[in-house]
Amino acid sequence: MEIFDKVEDIKKEVMNTIENQSLTYEQQTYRLSKIAENVMDYPILKNDLFYEMYNKGKICDLDEGHAPYAPRYILPDYEKLLREGSEFLRLTPAKNLRQAINSLLIFYHHVPSITRFPVYIGSLDTLLEPFVDEVNDDVIEEIKLFLIQLDRTINDSFCHANIGPYETKVGNIILDIIGELQNVTPNMTLLYDSEITPDNFAEKAIKASLDSANPAFANLSYYKKDFNGIPFGIASCYNALPTTGGAFTLSRIRLNKIADDSKDIDDFINRELPKVVDTLLHFMESKIDFLVNKTSFFESNFLVREGFVKLENFVGLFGVVGLHECIETLSAKEGKTLVLGTDKEAKELGVKIMDQVEELVNNFTSKYSPVWNNKFMLHAQVGAANDKGTTAGTRIQIGKEPDIYQHIRTAARLQQYFPSGTGDHFPFESTAEKNPKAILDIFRGAFKLNMRYISCYKEDGDLIRVTGYLVKKSDLEKFNRGEQVSYDTVQYAQDPLNEYGILERKVQNV
Amino acid sequence: MCKTATINKIIPMSLVDGPGNRTAIFFQGCNFNCSYCHNPETIKKCINCGVCVSHCPVGALKMIDGKAIWDENKCIDCDTCIKVCPHGSTPKTHEYTVDDLMEKIEENIPFIEGITTSGGECTLNFEFLEELFTKVKSLGLTSLVDTNGFISLKSPIMDGLVKAADGFMLDIKSMNEDEHIKLTGRSNKTVIENAVYLASIGKLQEIRTVLIEGHKNRETVENITKLLKPYPNLTYKLISYRPFGVREEFLELKSIGQKEKEELKEIVIANGIKVIDC
Repeated sequence: MEIFDKVEDIKKEVMNTIENQSLTYEQQTYRLSKIAENVMDYPILKNDLFYEMYNKGKICDLDEGHAPYAPRYILPDYEKLLREGSEFLRLTPAKNLRQAINSLLIFYHHVPSITRFPVYIGSLDTLLEPFVDEVNDDVIEEIKLFLIQLDRTINDSFCHANIGPYETKVGNIILDIIGELQNVTPNMTLLYDSEITPDNFAEKAIKASLDSANPAFANLSYYKKDFNGIPFGIASCYNALPTTGGAFTLSRIRLNKIADDSKDIDDFINRELPKVVDTLLHFMESKIDFLVNKTSFFESNFLVREGFVKLENFVGLFGVVGLHECIETLSAKEGKTLVLGTDKEAKELGVKIMDQVEELVNNFTSKYSPVWNNKFMLHAQVGAANDKGTTAGTRIQIGKEPDIYQHIRTAARLQQYFPSGTGDHFPFESTAEKNPKAILDIFRGAFKLNMRYISCYKEDGDLIRVTGYLVKKSDLEKFNRGEQVSYDTVQYAQDPLNEYGILERKVQNV
Repeated sequence: MCKTATINKIIPMSLVDGPGNRTAIFFQGCNFNCSYCHNPETIKKCINCGVCVSHCPVGALKMIDGKAIWDENKCIDCDTCIKVCPHGSTPKTHEYTVDDLMEKIEENIPFIEGITTSGGECTLNFEFLEELFTKVKSLGLTSLVDTNGFISLKSPIMDGLVKAADGFMLDIKSMNEDEHIKLTGRSNKTVIENAVYLASIGKLQEIRTVLIEGHKNRETVENITKLLKPYPNLTYKLISYRPFGVREEFLELKSIGQKEKEELKEIVIANGIKVIDC
């Protein structure tokens, strides 16, 4: 929380930003605008319980800014753009591949988000496939240049593209070239359904992910059940959200910090947790009230006016982190040492905790989000600054991972609570490249157990998945040395890689 | 039939023992004694002499009813027992019935597409394998056999195993009889017969040769691929020798150079066989 008491403090922070040699011009501009926003008051009363819980670390608003003036995640209807064009951007319907790519690139530039870059750029294969009759060198070159343009101008790897579930010419081209490109942007997900996605296509995707950490696999049929006919896409880290909409905001509770302040399991479940959840739900609702009623976005932005997004398709994301440590703390208070992933009882306690979180969140009715029955969606948040000692979402702590099958069984059970996104990532020894089918077997097994989202990358590759997004180890080394790196995400990767042990994830020996 | 088999190791997730993800099961005991064996302690069965027991630094070994019993939970895998064994064996094995082993395999569903039995030499337990594979099949999984091919698979007593298995992965150590005997202590006659027989009934999943400097590698690769040329869809794994786990007296062995390997790969491809460089 950034609170400026005096004008002098504001000036000092502005000066710090202007002087900072490791920020690019764009990054400085973004920071300056955030300082201006944070001069405003929070959209809640000064005596709200929120502040106390925030200071104790039980609640975190992810520094979204005090006065949100655009939704956090926006998933525009890109099919509409290519079909009808945009009046505001003076774009006509696309007639060929070059026009389609040109329209998309122009449009992406105008899609806001918490990161100032689009966090969802659509199902690239579905969008472009109608414009590709045959695969030839020109088509491959066009798509390659498109991907390079995305990586070099959308300077943030929360930007997410989808492919699948069908095998397409464009999908094949993308999977064929991402290994060579070694881009951090876009983050990619294959919407995988074993009934629809051919094995050879899925194996190619596994091979590509060992090489480039892209794409991750989403359990499409499981997500389809949640969304029940509502069109959705995977955005940002791994967030499943309604398209032609998105998410207003994402705030989160730190289960471990709430456990610290609880007497025992009963006190946690029945008193502390309900208080914190209630406080956060009302904080989020106030924030959405502000965004919808006080700012210009839903009144005048061309995305709304032209129907690329609709207010009714936006949801609030209620994030959860720190289940692993929460279980450790609560069990210690009962004289036990329970470790998630290793002890059956730990998993049972995890389920009990998450059942309660789910019930509390679902009992709240929002004025917004008719698309989700006026409820907030649960989200396994993956981490931010000051998260040392707090494991992402409901993941097993790095360093405490059991064997991969047990890991997946535990993760799959806990991933079920999060229709708006969750995920686990597994580094493999590079020998796995010789047998991508084996990893597909493991992923398919995971999906049979109702795992929602899983990914792999090569232990000794440069590109890795940090929490959900991608980063290059070599870029982090540059940034650690104080050199500039063109994309923002490297800043967020600094703590996870330098301090939270992401590089120490258990490598799967083959 | 024998009711149990001695198992050296079960690897729940293996990406290197056949297609897809498999549980690999290593049986104790081998009828070859290859100089470059990566796990020579799996060749001979433990004779319960008890020498290792007092050497175990963590008390994971005990003599109970005249048998050296290994406590897996106490073991720290320092392998002192293997180093001190006067017999070149290991006490780190378990006796399994087929049902016990099935329980272990079932723990790995739904992540695996099948199992691979290896060794040691697993076909020494052919009746056990036949029963195991039949049960494995009933779970919708496949069974592959990794074998040195010394026991004739054409023999009527092996028929049940051959039928129950989905495929065999066969080591062709050398096509030169003298070299084969020098390397393994045994003739290559049945190995070669088995290769052709398995290929002819569509059950030869893969052949492989470990390539060592100074060996008759070209003769081996050329002759076996010519022999198997009539059978399409075969895979030949050419493995560069690595000295991991081998006995000290054989540490001087070296792999062949990449140039020689490339030439061998060309021979394989020219005979219509798919090559995997390992």
